[in-house]
Amino acid sequence: MTKCAWACVLFVIIFGYIACQENPYRQGKNLYTAYCATCHMEEGQGLKGLFPPIAGADYLEEHFEELPCIIRYGLEGEIVVNGRSYNQPMLAIKNINEIEIANIMNFINREWRNVDDFVSPEQVRQQLSKCQ
Amino acid sequence: MTQRSLFSLSCFCVLVVFLLTACTQEEKQDSLPILGFREVVNGDTVYHKIKDFEFVDQDSNRIVNATFKDKLYVTDFFFTSCPTICPKVKQQMLRIYDKFAEEDRLVLLSHSIDVRRDTVATLKRFAQKLEVDGKRWHFVTGEEDHIYDMADDYFVVAQKDPNAPGGFDHSGKIILVDPDRYVRSFADGTDPESVDRLLLDIQQLLDETAGQ
Repeated sequence: MTKCAWACVLFVIIFGYIACQENPYRQGKNLYTAYCATCHMEEGQGLKGLFPPIAGADYLEEHFEELPCIIRYGLEGEIVVNGRSYNQPMLAIKNINEIEIANIMNFINREWRNVDDFVSPEQVRQQLSKCQ
Repeated sequence: MTQRSLFSLSCFCVLVVFLLTACTQEEKQDSLPILGFREVVNGDTVYHKIKDFEFVDQDSNRIVNATFKDKLYVTDFFFTSCPTICPKVKQQMLRIYDKFAEEDRLVLLSHSIDVRRDTVATLKRFAQKLEVDGKRWHFVTGEEDHIYDMADDYFVVAQKDPNAPGGFDHSGKIILVDPDRYVRSFADGTDPESVDRLLLDIQQLLDETAGQ
């Protein structure tokens, strides 16, 4: 009996440990790696003067609301990020849905903005309807 | 067992250990293989040699095989508007560029496979944005068939494909070529660990060809 109790305690500890290690934004991270990291790089640092950073970017703070439109429809023309000009077109990701966009945004929030705001798919849907 | 025999025994041991380490060091210094097809002509092995090429780089300089005389170069194929693997490969090429910043005997050569859009001026802007020196890293364009032909020669896949993102299908290989135009190593430019090994190979080939 005591053996069984100990096994249960051990199981709970291990399970709890694994659950705590789990990144809550795993799909966001996977989507980021698949769609964004080729240009913005794994750590969101960008690439020299070619691709702007996401981590620590003032542009992200100023345009966070527009992010769903930028992710789905891409971006063309010059933009200034942290005082530096970038002009490499960003591709549209046409087949990405609201839930996936919300997951990417929540991943970015947690990883590089250190804010607890949670973006819901509903909010993304509303913002997408306002895209120009 | 006298003191004398003990002395000679220890001498013998020292000698054995010395010989063993000497042999292993010899093995480590093995030279890098020459890659590619080879044929035997009149009893001599003939290795695959990179053929003659002629391109123009971002500073409008003519780039031919002789540009890399007495030098090693690493080369890749890309295009500036590439939305897929190119940025990752460029990041790895930058690693090579930065690691051997003090080494004049290593040069980088990037071929654009998009001759229509990547003009000399476009390549110049691209190099400026990457903040690299045109003497150490050449971004070249030229006749379309010639570029695709050279990609074949370096064993790199490159072709037009309207269905591929950006309109081109190509591999992210980075190729290392020695001063005698032989391909000596390569890496998958999208895989940082593969490039770690290439960095070691570059250093080894630099050591091998030093003083030649």
